[in-house]
Parts: sequence; structure tokens; C-alpha cells
Amino acid sequence: MSIINLRVNGTSHTVDVEPSTPLLYILRNDIGVQGPRFGCGLGQCGACTVLIKGEAVRSCVRPVSAVNGAEITTLEGLAKDGVLHPLQQAWIDEQVPQCGFCQNGQILTAKALLDRTPNPTDAQIRQGMNGTLCRCMTYYRIQAAIKRAVTLRRAEGDPGQGRGTEVMA
Amino acid sequence: MTTRRDFLKNSGYLVVGISAIAHADSAIAQADGALAGAQGAAAAQGGGPYPDLDFRQLDSWIVIRPDSTATFHVGKTDLGQGTGTAFRQMMADELDIAYDRTSLVMGSTDVTVDQGGSGGSDAIQTDGWPMRRVAAEARRVLLELASASLGVPVAQLAVSEGVISVAANPSRRVTYGELIGGKRFNVTLSGNNTDATTGVAKVKDVQQLKIVGQSPQRYDIPAKVDGTLKWAVDAKVPGMLHARNVKPPVAGATLVSIDESSVRSLPGFVKVVSKGNYVAVVFEREEQAIRGARQLKVNWQKPATAPFPNSEDLYTYMRRATPTSSAAPNVVGNPDTAFAGAATVIEAEYEVPFQGHTSIGPAHAMADPSNDQMTIYSNDMKSYGLRNGVAQFLQMPRDRVRVVWMEGPQAYGRTAADDAGFEAAYLAKELGRPVRLQWMRDEETAWDTKGPAFTVKMRGGLDAQGHLVALDYDARAADYNHLGYNEYDTVLISQLMGTRRAQPARGGAGNPSEMYAIPNRRMTSHVVSLPLIWETPLRTGNLRDPNGPQQTFASESFIDELAAAANADPVEFRMRLLTAATTDDSGFKRARSIACVKAAADAFKWDARPSPKRRDSGNILTGRGIAYSYRSQTVVAQIAEVEVNRRTGHVWVKRIVCAHDCGLVINPEGLRRTVEGGMLYTLSRALHEEVKFDGEKVTSVDWVSHPTLTHADAPASIEVVIVNGDPNPNRPDLPHYGAGETVCKPLIAAVANAIYDATGVRLRRVPFRDARVLAALKTAGV
Repeated sequence: MSIINLRVNGTSHTVDVEPSTPLLYILRNDIGVQGPRFGCGLGQCGACTVLIKGEAVRSCVRPVSAVNGAEITTLEGLAKDGVLHPLQQAWIDEQVPQCGFCQNGQILTAKALLDRTPNPTDAQIRQGMNGTLCRCMTYYRIQAAIKRAVTLRRAEGDPGQGRGTEVMA
Repeated sequence: MTTRRDFLKNSGYLVVGISAIAHADSAIAQADGALAGAQGAAAAQGGGPYPDLDFRQLDSWIVIRPDSTATFHVGKTDLGQGTGTAFRQMMADELDIAYDRTSLVMGSTDVTVDQGGSGGSDAIQTDGWPMRRVAAEARRVLLELASASLGVPVAQLAVSEGVISVAANPSRRVTYGELIGGKRFNVTLSGNNTDATTGVAKVKDVQQLKIVGQSPQRYDIPAKVDGTLKWAVDAKVPGMLHARNVKPPVAGATLVSIDESSVRSLPGFVKVVSKGNYVAVVFEREEQAIRGARQLKVNWQKPATAPFPNSEDLYTYMRRATPTSSAAPNVVGNPDTAFAGAATVIEAEYEVPFQGHTSIGPAHAMADPSNDQMTIYSNDMKSYGLRNGVAQFLQMPRDRVRVVWMEGPQAYGRTAADDAGFEAAYLAKELGRPVRLQWMRDEETAWDTKGPAFTVKMRGGLDAQGHLVALDYDARAADYNHLGYNEYDTVLISQLMGTRRAQPARGGAGNPSEMYAIPNRRMTSHVVSLPLIWETPLRTGNLRDPNGPQQTFASESFIDELAAAANADPVEFRMRLLTAATTDDSGFKRARSIACVKAAADAFKWDARPSPKRRDSGNILTGRGIAYSYRSQTVVAQIAEVEVNRRTGHVWVKRIVCAHDCGLVINPEGLRRTVEGGMLYTLSRALHEEVKFDGEKVTSVDWVSHPTLTHADAPASIEVVIVNGDPNPNRPDLPHYGAGETVCKPLIAAVANAIYDATGVRLRRVPFRDARVLAALKTAGV
């Protein structure tokens, strides 16, 4: 067992767990967040995605010891001050989910994509999202929602995470 | 430092209570809690027992509060197609109350009447009717109460959005909340079964409906995108243990011995549970259970005979097998004579592999045996069946078992959610403590129920003018022992424990659904069995339209082959077959089939010409294909446009147009998304999905060995044309038909027909993975 410190959605937590335990189980069963979900345990589907340093990380294959001290954002932490992130709003506007089980990974992977590439082309969206699986096959609406979120962000004058070198429309 | 125990107490660890978890909307939960004493629908919460709600009591369906809000209780489950939103629209319309003043409770067996949960795309088509009728009855009763309260005959009252007023003097008014808020209706309904439930009131004419036909956003989506929804995977109670199954490594293997010492010293070990060939480990923590399941040493004896052939040899095996049953041939005219006289006879054989549900979230359930009851937290789409089955399996009185239905992943048919519910309940009873069970990815992909594999022989005869004069359809499905839902003696744990039905279900292959007028035809179908019948990962069950995609792949591909042989345009060839007769059924299915094929062709801007088209010169070959089918009374025609890369064999379905007629549409935007999802789900089956197995076990066990549709496959454009081909669309009783599964039927054929149009190569085996397509192109010299 090891003492591990985690900061999840702005709150500090200390756990005493087997260090090889995948982060997913600590988040779900000890910290009490439920955005990341078990889909494959193999890092293949993305249902367990969380954000660490702006990157979409698959928590089902990331040992908790490897993220000791890390700042972790889950789906629950995406809204700020009660205001949904533009991606979340776009997901509602576009009525994306069917069952919705995978959408945690879809939204957080899209967040990492847009932080990296604020104005993605269609090809960049397909490429950036490709490893995040949906078995209700809502891909068409997800891609539409990402484009909608880009437009929403532009309207709000937010080019993303401060890497706004792109010319805003 | 915080210990795990402190976390349990302090950190927002979800503690399940029925009132909080059955009703995602906590406001509803609070309100229902307050009403629990007075309202039948909410009275059964708590520690049990859990008697059935009486569907003949209006109070079981509708609760109205003093603030004039209404909660509808329905015995259905929304699998993500927005049926819950549609139910609210239908019931709000009949009750004459604003949509946003309503809420919905569904699926939990102790607070809703048994409407069977979901399945068969019948939610709107079948179950929508009793919902409309009971809401209309509530409106009628409220009008009578208002009449007494205001001293004015009902005929002189007007109703709008939960307020009843005197038509001649609108200032004299009373609200629904004032009339009955917090009180019982105490109105007895009639009907021989839940579907037939009715009061005295009649439902409104279609033309009077105001909320039906609009597209309010789905109420369940916000909590799905902000992370606040409590899913069945999130169900937790204090003292809960974690379990994982240990499946036989070879199908049909027999358990010889378990070396419990291989896991006894692991941290968190609680118990190894086994009976017959069912084995599970139980640990304190989830990751401990996963480790224990992997580490448990079990000695298995392989079966004496191979459980099934290699997947590469499946179709050969199926063709040679003696059928376990054959349906009576469906014969029209004299096919043999017509074939003998035909100018051209062509034949083709089509093959579709086993395809699984392969849920994005493996099967799971949590079972709590507290208070001498059994509560199962599950996403099973047939929660009522799960309750009944578990009661039988555990030999408990039905009223001591309840299922709390919660949202879950992808539940389109007979999934392994059934199995997990039974397993969790069994383990909870054995341990005497709450147990959460979840399947692992390889377990889900290998062992979930499968849609049956098909081989279909088609034969067609054209006369000298290219008219189709004879058609033969001869199908075989590997579907023996087709599983029902939540049967206590066929769920996997029951099979593994050695339970055997004297007579396994016969299964079925069935015939395609179209309205073609062909003078001479014969349709035959057979079921064949693989060697292993029980305890097999190749167990079959309903998969999102159980046999339609397989049947229609064969029948609608072959219609295209016939059109090509007749040098006819594929749309025109179909229209000729549809218009060759003028008789129609009571739902005008012929007229609506013609309208859908036309609407799809118009929206696509179909270029009429025979297939294949003149081949493009570059690496990317493009083409378009159509296919059409119906299910019940819902008709769809789909056109796919493809790009085929002749160097890689890769197929991209760039555009899909779907003309869809399901009668009265409740929520057009919800319908569009359901259609999109269903079509792309079937596109995944067309392009990627195949259960692979060697002679011992399933070998497609994850998202690499069992690929699925991805973002890269998404079409650039999907158009859903909502058609209403009814000859009299303004009729007051226009029915609402099921929407979802029909769209799964034609798509594989539409894609195959488009690939043929682009390349001149006919693909007759699913899926159309790159390597298979490339090999076919090379063989044909493309």
C-alpha cells in the first residue's frame, strides 16, 4: 500500500492504496466521481477518460502511482461556476447522446483536442476523436457538436486554452 | 490522512437509497417521498415487500401535486432513444398540461406498472396507447371535479395547461393542483392486461395534439453531459463487495477443481463461489476482485467434442448441417414452372456471421439482500422480467424482489445485462451482503448473446423483358436454443450450473419484409445447431432487429443483382415490383413503401441508370445503392453513397439518405437521432463486426480483435426524410408505429449495392473489411 495524493476537480484527496491500482477504480470507488467509467480496462475505448495537464488520459490503464500529485479533471469538473463548458452546451444543443455511456470520453477527448487545435478541420476532428468509441454510433452528432462548440467559443471570444495563435473569425 | 472508511463517510460516496436512485431527478424524489403515504405509485419504497402496482388504478400511473405539476409512472425503460421524453409529450398532451410541468418515472418494478420494459421497438407503438388513455382519463376526472367545484357542467368548461376555467367566464378557474394535488384519484380503470388499460375517456384526435409533433430536448441529456447522472454502474451501498466471474477457458469445459489457495492470501479476499461450472470470486475492492479472478487457479476438463467449428468453416458447416427445424414454406404461384420458363435464371448465396451486442460497458448489476429482500440495481431493459426471473431462480416470493432500473450502456436487445443481474443476485444471497458484479471486456465480447449467423440462397428468374417472374429465398440461421429474456432456466449462470430445458427454444430464420408483387415465389427457412447447445458463448438472442439485417442483406442485395441482370435501374426495378399490385393492407403499407422509395430517391437526387456505373479512373471509386424494408408498419428506404479505395479496399460510406415512415411522429428531432444511430450501428455490422472463434473458444475479445465503427467511418452527411405516406395523413386516428429497429434492416444491403455500383464487384459475405474488399477487387481485376 502507498499513500497517494490526488487533486480531483480542485479538491485534494489522499488515499492509501496498492500503487499499481488503475486510477479509474480510485476515482470511482474512493474519490466518488463517476464521470469516468469502465469500458474495456485496456485503454482501447476511452470511456474512462480524464484530463491531466490538458491531455486526455485513459484512467483504466494508468497506475495511480504514476499520477501521484497530479491535477485531474473529470467530466464533473468541466463546468465552471455552474456554467457548462461550450462542449457540454454543444452536446445538449446538438442532442448528441443516445445511451450516453461513452460520452464522458467523447467530451473530454474533444476538450483536449480543442485545447490543442482550437479550430480543427473535419479531418483533424476525425483523427483526434478516432480512438474514442461509441457503440450507439453517435459519431455524426459528436462531430457536429464539436464544430458547434468551436462556433460557441468564438462567439464567447474564447480561443481555447490561451494558445490562440489562430486568427479568429 | 483519510482512510478508505472516512471516504465512505465523508467524500460524497454515493449511498443508494431507493428514493434517490430510482428517480434521477431529486426534486421528483422528494416530492414522491412526501406523497409516499398517499399515492399508490410511490407507496412501495423502502424496505419491502414490493407488491405489484395495480395497472387498473389511475394512481399507479399519474401523480398530481399541489403545485399542478404531474409525474407519470410508466413501465418502460429508455435505452437512449428518447422514449421517456416522447412518453411525457404524449401524456402531457392528453392530460392538457404543459410539458415542462411534467416528469417521468420509469422502469423500477416497485414504483411503476409492469409494461414489460423495452424491446421490439414497441414503446411508442404499443405502450404509448395505455399511457395516452390513462392521461386522457385523468383529464376527464379532473373536468368532473372542476364541474362540481365550479358548479358548471363539464360541457361549459375549457382546459388549458393544467387550468380549468368556465368557457364563458375565464376568471372563474381552478387548477389541477387545487383539485387533486397530493390526493389520490381513486379511479379504477379497465382492461384485460396492461396494454389494454383504459378509462372511460377517449384519446384526442391527432389534429388536437399540440405537444406531440414538437421536439422538446431530451430531459435526460444534461445529466449525461455534466456527469451528475447516477448510472447502474454507480450503484453503491455501504458494505458492498465486488465480484468477478471466472469463465471456462474453453466452451463446454467442465470444472474439475478450484485451488482456492491461489487467491486466499490476496488482499481483500472474501470468497470463491462456485456451483457446477459457474465460478466467481468476491473481494472487498474492485481491483482486488479483478486480480483475484485472473489469478484463481481452476482445473477445467475440455469437452470430448469440439463445441463449434472454426469461424472460417462456419458457413460450410451450416450448409451441411441437418436443420433442427424448418418453417413451412411460404409459396405463391408456381415457382418451379416459372423458373423452367424463365429467360434468365441467376443464383447467389449470402453469408452473415455471428455478431454480438458487444456493449461499450460490460454487463453489470449490484444486488442488495438487506431486509430479507433482494434489490437489484440494473440497466436491464426488461426490469420486470429480471425481477420475475430472479424470484424464480432464487426461489423467493416475487414481492420480495425488486429491480431498481437505472441508465446503462447500449441495451439493444437480449444483452448480458440479464445474466449479470442473476449473477449479482445469486452472489448477494450466497454472501448475505450487497455484491456488485461487472463483466470484463473479454468476457463481454466473447460471451454476450449473439445475433445468429445466416446463409441465404437466392434464386431468381427473369422473363425476356427483364420482369421478375420467380424468386426463391432459402435461409439458414445458426439459431438453435435462441434465448429469451431473463428466463431463470436459460440465463448463463443457470446453464453453467447445469440446468437444462427439456426442449430448447427452436430459434428461427424468418423471411424478408417487403411488398414486392412477384407472381411466383417460395420462401423457406431453417434453423441449424452448432454442436454445443448449452454453456456456449455462441448463444443467440435478440440483437437490434433480431434477423432483419441478415435477411434483408440477402433479399435486397439479390433484388439489385436481378436489376443488374435485367439492365434496369435499381430504384425503377423496385418501383415496378411495388406497383405491380394495387392491393394494400389496413396500414397502407404498399402505398407507404412506394412513397418511401420515391422520397429517398428524390432526396438523394438519384441518377437513374443500371448498376454498375462506368468505373472511375482514379483510386477512389464512387457509387450509390438503395435498399428498402419494413418492420411491423414502419417502412424505410435507404440510399448509401460510398467511396471504395481500390488500392486498399477501404469503404467509406460518405452519405446516407433514409426515408422513414413510422406514422405519427412524436418527436421529430428525437426520431432523427434514433434513425441515425440505428443506421450507423448497422453500418458497423456491415463494415467491421464478426465474432471469430477457433474450435474451442471465441477469439474476438476486445476492440482490436473485434473492431467497431469509429469516428473515421462517420458519413459526411446523413439525411433523414420523415415521410408520411398515408393516403389520408390528416385522419384523426393516425397511429404511431415503432421507429428504431426498422432502420437496421436495409442498410447492409444498401452499402453492398453501392459497392457494386462503384466497382462492379458483388460482396456476398459480411463484414466488408478492407482485406475482404481488396481481395474481391483483385479477383475481379478492378
